Order: sequence, then C-alpha cells, then structure tokens
Amino acid sequence: MPRPILLVLVVVGAVFPLLPGVPVFWVTLLNNIGLGALVALGLVVLTGVGGLTSFGQAAFCGFGAFTTAVLTTRYGWSPWATLPVAVAITGAAALVLGLLTMRLSGHYLPLGTIAWGLSLYFMFGELELFHRHDGITAIPPFHVAGYDLYDSRGIYYVIWACVVLAALATRNLLDSRTGRAIRALRGGGMAAAAFGVSTMRVKLVVFVYAALLAGISGWLYAHMQRAVNQSPFGINAGIEYLLMAVLGGAGYVGGAILGSGLVTLLKDQLQRILPQLFGSRGNYETIVFGALLIVLLQTAREGLWPRLVALVPERRHQPRLPQAEPLPARARPPAGEPLLSLQSVRKAFGGLIAVNDVSFNVRAGEIVGLIGPNGAGKSTIFNLVTGVLWPTSGEIKFRGERVSGRSSQFVARRGIGRTFQHVNVLPNMSVLENVALGAHLRGRKGTFSSVVRADRDEEARLLAEAARQIERMGLARHMHRAAGSLSLGQLRIVEIARALCLDPVLLLLDEPAAGLRHMEKRELAQTLVRLKNEGLTILLVEHDMSFVMQLTDHLVVVDFGTKIAEGRPADVRTDPAVIEAYLGGVA
Amino acid sequence: MDATILLFLLQDGVTNGAIYALLALALVLVFAVTRVILVPQGEFVTYGALTLAMLDLGKVPGTAGLLIVFAALALAVEVWANRRRLSLKLSGRLALFYVLPPLVIVVLAGWLAPMRLGPVPQALLAIAIVSPMGPYLYRIAFQPLSEASVLVLLIAAVGAHFSMTGLCLLFFGPEGLRAQPLITTGFTAGPLPVSGQSIAIYLAALGLMLALYLFFGRTILGKALRATAVNRLGARLVGVRTALSGQLAFLIAAAIGALSGVLIAPVTTVFYDSGFLIGLKGFVAAIVGGLVSYPVAVAAAVGVGLVEAFASFWASSFKEIIVFMLIIPVLLVRSLTATHTEDEE
Repeated sequence: MPRPILLVLVVVGAVFPLLPGVPVFWVTLLNNIGLGALVALGLVVLTGVGGLTSFGQAAFCGFGAFTTAVLTTRYGWSPWATLPVAVAITGAAALVLGLLTMRLSGHYLPLGTIAWGLSLYFMFGELELFHRHDGITAIPPFHVAGYDLYDSRGIYYVIWACVVLAALATRNLLDSRTGRAIRALRGGGMAAAAFGVSTMRVKLVVFVYAALLAGISGWLYAHMQRAVNQSPFGINAGIEYLLMAVLGGAGYVGGAILGSGLVTLLKDQLQRILPQLFGSRGNYETIVFGALLIVLLQTAREGLWPRLVALVPERRHQPRLPQAEPLPARARPPAGEPLLSLQSVRKAFGGLIAVNDVSFNVRAGEIVGLIGPNGAGKSTIFNLVTGVLWPTSGEIKFRGERVSGRSSQFVARRGIGRTFQHVNVLPNMSVLENVALGAHLRGRKGTFSSVVRADRDEEARLLAEAARQIERMGLARHMHRAAGSLSLGQLRIVEIARALCLDPVLLLLDEPAAGLRHMEKRELAQTLVRLKNEGLTILLVEHDMSFVMQLTDHLVVVDFGTKIAEGRPADVRTDPAVIEAYLGGVA
Repeated sequence: MDATILLFLLQDGVTNGAIYALLALALVLVFAVTRVILVPQGEFVTYGALTLAMLDLGKVPGTAGLLIVFAALALAVEVWANRRRLSLKLSGRLALFYVLPPLVIVVLAGWLAPMRLGPVPQALLAIAIVSPMGPYLYRIAFQPLSEASVLVLLIAAVGAHFSMTGLCLLFFGPEGLRAQPLITTGFTAGPLPVSGQSIAIYLAALGLMLALYLFFGRTILGKALRATAVNRLGARLVGVRTALSGQLAFLIAAAIGALSGVLIAPVTTVFYDSGFLIGLKGFVAAIVGGLVSYPVAVAAAVGVGLVEAFASFWASSFKEIIVFMLIIPVLLVRSLTATHTEDEE
C-alpha cells in the first residue's frame, strides 16, 4: 500500500476518537476490530502464509485474558506487569500444543485444533481458579500517567498501538529469511527441507507467534471488558477469527485488519437487525457468517484485500538489484577426491524393490550421469542421497561421513544441493525470493531478529547472493517476476540457481534439461561445464542422451533398480546390457 | 463402584457408542467419496431429534420450513450454474429433484403431524424430512468446490456447521426438547434394567451396518460410490457421475444423522446446538480409523462411548475435556505412521 495513504490512515486513526460528535459506541467497535485484527494477524502468518489452519485461536485469547485476570484481581498486580506473564503462559501453552499437533499433516491438524480448542473452552469453565462459569469480575483497567483508562477512548490507543506494532512485526517477519521458510511450508515443505529449513521448527515458530498475538488480544480484552468468563473463548469465536482472515485475505497483513473490521461491523449490524427480523434473541449472525465463509471459498478464496489494493494505482518503481558484500564460500575439495559413495544401497517399498543393492562413486570435479529407463529408480536414488528417503539397507557416504538415514537438513548442511524432477518452487513468490531460499543455511538470523529488523545486513547479503546466482544462470531479466509466470524450462534453471545458493560441493540435478529448447539446452550444458571448472561436482539424471553423452565424464546406468553398467560415456553407449535395457533386445 | 454401576456404565457407554458408530460410518463414507470432512453431520442429528420431538407434540416441525430453504437454495445454485442452457427437459429434471421431494414431504408432514401416528411412523417421517437436506447441502456448499483441497472443503464444512446451527435456532428456538421413547417396554437382565430404547439403538446400528455392507458390496450404485472413493477421475472416466455420487453420499449421511437423532431424542434433551458435540465424538472414532476404515471406526466409536460413560462417572464436569483430549494422541499416532503426506495446496 502506498505510503501517503498509510500516513493518512494513521493520522485519521489517531485523531478519530477525539473528534467532537464521534459516539463512544463507534470507538468501542473500533476497539473490538483491533482485538480481532490481532488474532487475525496471527492467522495470516499461520494459515494464509504457512498453510496451517487453526480453529482454536480463541483458546489462546483465553490464556492471555485469564492470566491477567487472576494476577490483577487475586494478587494485585498492575495490568502492565502481567503482560510478560500472559505472553509467557500463552507461549508455553502454544509450545506444548504445537509439539503435540504440529506434526499432524494436512487436514488432521485443523481437526486437532477443534479438539483442543473445545477442551480448553470447557476447561476455562470448570476451573475453580477462574471462578468456573461465573468468570472473574472487577478486573482493574489500564493505568497511564495517573489516569485509569475506564473509557473506550483511552484504551483505544493501547489496543491500536498493539495492532500497529503487531502489523509491523508481522510484515517484518514475512519479509525475511524466516518468512521465506514459512512460505516454503506450503506445497509440502520438501523444497524447504532440502535447503536446510527445519520444517517442524518453522511450524512451531508460526504457531507460537500466532498464539502470542491471540494471547495479547486476550490480555487487552480482559482490561477493556474488565470481566472475563469462558464464553468468548470457544470454537465459535475461533471460527469467526478464521472468517476474518479468509474474508480480508489470509495472505496479507492488511487483510487481517480489513477482515476484522468487516466481520465486526457485520456482526454488530446482524445482531441488531436479525433478532428484530426474527422476533427473538439469539446468535443468528452465525447463519450469515457460515454462508459468507462458503461463498468466499467458492468465489474469492484470496479474500478482499488484493482486490482492494488493485484499485489503488501503484507507481511502478524498478526494484533495485540487491547489492551487498558476498557471503563467505565453502572450501571446495581437490579434484579427484572421493566425494559420494553408495555401497549396496537398497530401498524397498513394501514388496517392491525400487533400488536393488546399487553401488557407485562420484569423485570431486566430475560430472556424473545417472541414466536409465523410466521407473528405473533414479529419482529414488536422489531421494536416498538427500535424506528424503532412508535406505532399507546399505550405506551412503559423503566425504567419508555417513549421510544415509540422516535428515534432509543434515545433508544440505554438508553441501549437497539438489533440484527436483517435479519442479518445486512457490509460484506466488518472486524468482529472487525462491532462489534466496537456497541460501537459508548461509544465514543465521532468526525470528526475533527479523521481527525487530536486526537482520537487514544479512538479508541484503542473502538476496545479493541469490541475485548473483540468478544472473549466473542467465535469468536476471525475470528476477522480480512471480515464479509461477515462468515456463517449465526456466523454472528448472531457477531450481539450479536455488541449489547454487547453498554453496554446494555436490549438485544433484534431476532432469535439468527436460522442457528446455535446443538452444537453452546448449546454454545449460555450457553453464554446467563452467560450474565444473569452478570446482563443483555434479550428479545428474537426464533422458536427453546427446546432452548426457557430451557433458558427463562418467555414466551409471540403472534398470529396474539395479545397476547394469558403469563407465565412460563412449563405453557405456556400446554396452550390450544398456542397449537391451533401452531398446529391448537386440535391435 | 459396584457391579451394578459397572454394568450400568457399560450399557450406557455401548448405547452412546452405537450412536457414535453410526455417525462415524457416515463420516467415513462422506470423506471417502467427496473428501469433505462433514463437520455439520451433528446438525443432522439435531434436526432429526428436534423433528421427532415436535411431531410428538403434534406440531409441524421447523425442519419442514428448513427443507424448503435448503431446496430453494440448491435450486437457485443449480439454475445459476445452468443459466446458459436451461431447456425444458432440464427444468423438468430440476423440478423433479429440487421441487417435488420437498413439496411432497412438507405436505405429508403438515397432513400427518396433527394425527400423532405414534413413535415409529413419526420417526420415519422425521428421517424423511431431514434426509433430502443432505444432497441439497452438497449441491449448495460442496459441489462447486469439488476440486478444492481437503483443507478448503473442511473450512467450508465448518461454515456449513455455523449456518446450520443458526438456522436450527431460528426454526426451533433455544429450548431443548425430548421425545417419547420409540419402545416403552424394557426388561431386566440380572440387576440391570435394559430399556427398550437401548435395544432399539443396538438393533438400528447393527441393521444399518448390515444394510451398508450389502449396499456397497452388492449394488451397482454402491460400487459406483466405492469407485468414486478410490479415484474420482478414474470413476468419471468409466462413466460414474461423481457429482451424483457426492449427493448420494450426503443423502446417506443425512439419513444416518437423522436416524441417530431420532434414536437419541428420547434419551437426552436435545438443544439446537447439541449436535456439534455428538457429531465430533463420531469424528474422534472416524479419525481413529484414519477416515478410511469402517470396522476400526465402529470399534473406536464404542470405545469413545465407554470412555465417556466412565469419565462422566468419575469426573463428570471434565467429561468432554477428557473425550476431546483423547483425540490428540490418536492424531499424533496417525500422522506419525502416515507414509505419505499430501500437498496442502
């Protein structure tokens, strides 16, 4: 969103409650919007960007609210002093629940959040400490410079200061090394893991982050309402928060605020109109909310924010090419040193033996081709080397160290970069950011540094490295385009650039030339030779024989999971077993 | 705890478990065929129960009005989707699917309700009123999303649950209702009184399982549903109309939900929002079976019923907390043993 508009919004927001004639009720509504926006901001990171859905966020509001309620009423703490404790308790609860449920894949995760969301809701109503269903009353208001903030106008500034800070923090978080890792969770997280992102850890981080924002919202709520009981912390509230995120646009910081605003205003109107219409009291707004959720999913899954932003003409400014000091590079092993060795590696999927006791070596400075008919087990071998799969038996060593049976992150850290047979990039992210994911392990700054922007130097160096690799692969023109707009062949090159960002010792390329035109193939071959001359070792799977024959120093041929030949390309070409495998008998 | 209490709790647990088993079967069926995690299954239970209770009082139940709402919305969606090619023939077919059934059922309900025909005919009428809402719901909410991810379908299902609960409040009001038992006679087995209603529940559960078994094993329609469950595209290529499969799965699910509601209406007081928790317990069971295995789901459902019965004896106020926390270790084991994680987009 353009700066001037943002500035106007902030100024209007700051003076609005002070304007003569603005009813208190409006300010109260804005307060509620702010409280909802905090929770929805968490959902933007968790659901919209990270792809993890939670219906249980209201329970975390409960942790924040009850913590401060108990501490202020029972022990006489100041409301401000309870914030660290409320944050700590919410965070601890989220950590425990996250450890239990973040491993859940796909749709099991949101079902899990419904389960613990309900459990916690019932728990809030049963604990003696929280005065059971009656709840805790007479919670003191915030106290600023000798004034008690009883009034909606007073607490308005506290709430919206929190919202603005949270929005900034969230924007910073998403625009960082950690943010790239969070976005890479979508689409299964396999690419993220291949570049050293611990997906479990990142999931926990976003889960706790979202919970903390909800906890802060609950803490504010307790001092605004000055009474808490279990009722606002149930599953229905959790569903409403999700509706806010989906309505506003779950992938956008502005969407959270927009969504909270629309849902809160709509709820207020519906609660006024519907009971009159139907002649009795009740939560009829759920009828409209549920229908709204379904209609949104059917017609505008991205939410309203992107449509709103499209209305504002944005000045196209050419993004500057990131310039920064290069990152330190890894020492390359001398040519000829044994780099990768597979010893009788076997992988069985149930009764199917996909890789059958395959052994071969890759020496530093070589380009080795792994070829074989479709279904021969080539990609399985790649997955075994990179820790995606673990061998049933046998051993894989990299520079003398066992890497089989280790995690993808471990393998990546040792300097093995890879590309995927089925291109695995994030279509909505720019080429630059996709490639920068490859440099993940070369940065150290974590979540907190990103939130407070203490990561800018490092981030510039990571992006500069990504830009350097993109230029090296000849895609500089497309650097700032969304990756989804590139052709399949170009995306394969993007994947190679991403793998190069890891500063690898060994590069595993899974069908790099598939989908490339003739000229592009020639350029790719030249680039690979140049990389080899710079000391990089390459193991590649490829179907284009002329490409493989002229490029590789050494060939390994597999068929039905078994190695049938190995040697110099010229020798392999005349090997009877190879001819049989490819052409089926004597041709 | 003495033997009588133990037996009593066991009976209670198995009775509730049988209901959860019915729901779990429906959830597994719907998920397999449509990939929808049918959160609003519980609302069909509520609808069935409250409909029966109203019929007991000799009143036309609110679900008659609801059925018209559902049918009208579904018809609107269908007409909108076919707005470019509305022919006379198509209009006739739409009328046959979306106008005729609700009309007949509502007229029937209005005519029969004041007669107070007795528990069993009223139960059948209740099921007849509620069941068509299943396919209409599918047409309105899920068929337009049939290519979306499981996650999107789940969020839509939660939306449907939200709306349907609100509609229930609108049509039935906030008061809880309880129906007359279907069977009033009972007997005592040793020290334990066994109510006729429990027997009815067991018989209905077993009968339904048998019926489903025969349906899926022996009929071409059942096999078409199974084919859709295994591979949607493949089923389409061999001529199974997957949208129809979806509607059929929802019809069965709504009927099972309504049947469960009819069975529990005499046992507990049902409020407009009671179904959600009942349905979720069916979920816990269905998830134990990984949303694919019918026998495991049934066994787990009885387990859930037993846990609930004993939890309500020992720590009654923490009953729900215990039952729902139970799902977490189950989910954890599920996801740790899952060999393949599907992409989430």
